[in-house]
Amino acid sequence: MLGKRAKEKIRLNIMRLLLIIVTFVYILPFFWMVSTSLKADQDLFLIPPKWFPIPPEWSNYKNAIEYFPFFTYFKNSLIITFGSVLGTLLVSPLVAYGFSKIYWPGRDFFFYLMLSTMMLPFAVTMIPTFIIFKKLGLVNTLWPLIIPSFFGVPMHIFLIRQFFNTIPDDFIDAARVDGASELQIYWKIMLPLSKPILLLVGLFQFIGSWNNYIGPLIYLTDEEKYPLALGLPLFLDRYGTHWNWMMAASTLAITPIVIFFFFAQSYLIEGIKLTGLKE
Amino acid sequence: MSPWPPPRGPFKSTLKIGGRKMRKYQRRNFVKGMLFILPWLIGFAVFTAYPIIASLYFSFTEYHVTTKPQWVGLENYKKLFNDVLFLKSLTNTLYYVAGLVPIGLVVGLVLALLLVQPLKEIVFYRGIIYFPSIVPAYAFATIGIWFFHPYLGFINHILGFFGIDGPMWLSDENWAKFTIILLSQWGAGGTALIYMAAIKDIPRELYEAAILDGATRWQMFKKITFPLISPATLYYLVIATLGALQIFDLPQIMTGGGPANSTLSYVMYLYRHAFTYVNMGYASAMAWILFIISMFLTFLIFKTSKRWVFYYGARR
Repeated sequence: MLGKRAKEKIRLNIMRLLLIIVTFVYILPFFWMVSTSLKADQDLFLIPPKWFPIPPEWSNYKNAIEYFPFFTYFKNSLIITFGSVLGTLLVSPLVAYGFSKIYWPGRDFFFYLMLSTMMLPFAVTMIPTFIIFKKLGLVNTLWPLIIPSFFGVPMHIFLIRQFFNTIPDDFIDAARVDGASELQIYWKIMLPLSKPILLLVGLFQFIGSWNNYIGPLIYLTDEEKYPLALGLPLFLDRYGTHWNWMMAASTLAITPIVIFFFFAQSYLIEGIKLTGLKE
Repeated sequence: MSPWPPPRGPFKSTLKIGGRKMRKYQRRNFVKGMLFILPWLIGFAVFTAYPIIASLYFSFTEYHVTTKPQWVGLENYKKLFNDVLFLKSLTNTLYYVAGLVPIGLVVGLVLALLLVQPLKEIVFYRGIIYFPSIVPAYAFATIGIWFFHPYLGFINHILGFFGIDGPMWLSDENWAKFTIILLSQWGAGGTALIYMAAIKDIPRELYEAAILDGATRWQMFKKITFPLISPATLYYLVIATLGALQIFDLPQIMTGGGPANSTLSYVMYLYRHAFTYVNMGYASAMAWILFIISMFLTFLIFKTSKRWVFYYGARR
């Protein structure tokens, strides 16, 4: 008969084994991508496949870059992403303040109105929004992908408001008694206290904009304005049969995400729990 | 713990805008509050309220952007229900919902149960399992095609190794939708993290008491864990259902809707009418039908949730 502790140890080791298998499965497509990106043409068709292409065929990257203007796409992705992050960080906390620290009649109505819009499918508003931007002459520019964030993003407003609600009112009332204006309180008290949530919201917006595919697809037609979201599928259309080039391009496109993830991982993992769950 | 709708702030509005006359300070606060939310309010009017109304109007017109909308009444809706491709895209999308939502729930929950184990290297597993869920769909799509390539892909190599003749995956109309559902599971890390947080919130005493009563692990999962994470399940069901109804990126990039329109999703077909054929009236009618379907499904989930969502410590 095994003791309780020995049993628990066996159980944990079974879990560890399962986790190693699952982790392996989750990393596999990316391993296969990098491995393919370093294979010579004739090695693509080997059965069984070479797991580690030795010697690595670095010229795939040279060829990919030649047909795949990675840096143009990357630059456009960066502009869209940083523009949107700036917009949401400037505006979303401002709106959240109005929903949290000022008590006014009708506030709850507008707050629930905002929450209900979070469930609205993008496709419902897509066409008239496109027509608005077309009439403004902004189609085929990066603006339609940036401007909306300057009107506040409901999900982010919600998250920041939840954070603001945890900051005691006495604090703010004291400042009000001392004659501080709401804008001063917002700027000098609330924002400095809210750095963790602002960082998180910034990261969420970064991922949202960087990963957005349908937006650029609708608004952009010139290839030199394409972000990675359109550049990579374009490469797939044109050179998709050169699988080693294709995977080299994919590896290049994913590298920024890997770097981003490396730095943001711990914030994201803590922060994702806040999305709609916690009080 | 209450996920949705989120709890009200410390302030309970006892004032009515229309009823009693507002006192002076209330009026002042009203103006201040409105000024703070003004950016969102303008955005709401321009990018949400107006588009909803406008697309309803367009849906009753023939509209090709360059000329003014022509009123055609219910014509678009009538045409839609005789449009074979529309019906195909609708059934495909319901298939996606029926596959993505439950499979994603099981995968996310199983991952979460593994990731709450007290192992010292757990952070490492968590990071790697979560990573694919922030990789953009447009990049994962290109990897996915190659991974599931019928002749040269990794999956069929492995299946071949075990003597199994792998299916054609994305090239076989009977397998293509399922392949997309399968590939989507690499993004289950986000769901797993939400479930993980919910599981960690369950008070330890409940399990200790259950162990004293001689409960098995499966009983504890069924009677303690699963009911107590039901608020997370409700959140997941709403988000996942709405997401699956709008599936676009993966099928658009990987198959473009083929083979034989077997992967054509609702939003893909809508997109085609709106931006390839510039048939905005027809596409708007589709948008409104999607709006109604998604409202109906959300309503259905919330309606049944009263029966199965359990808030620990809250009075029923």
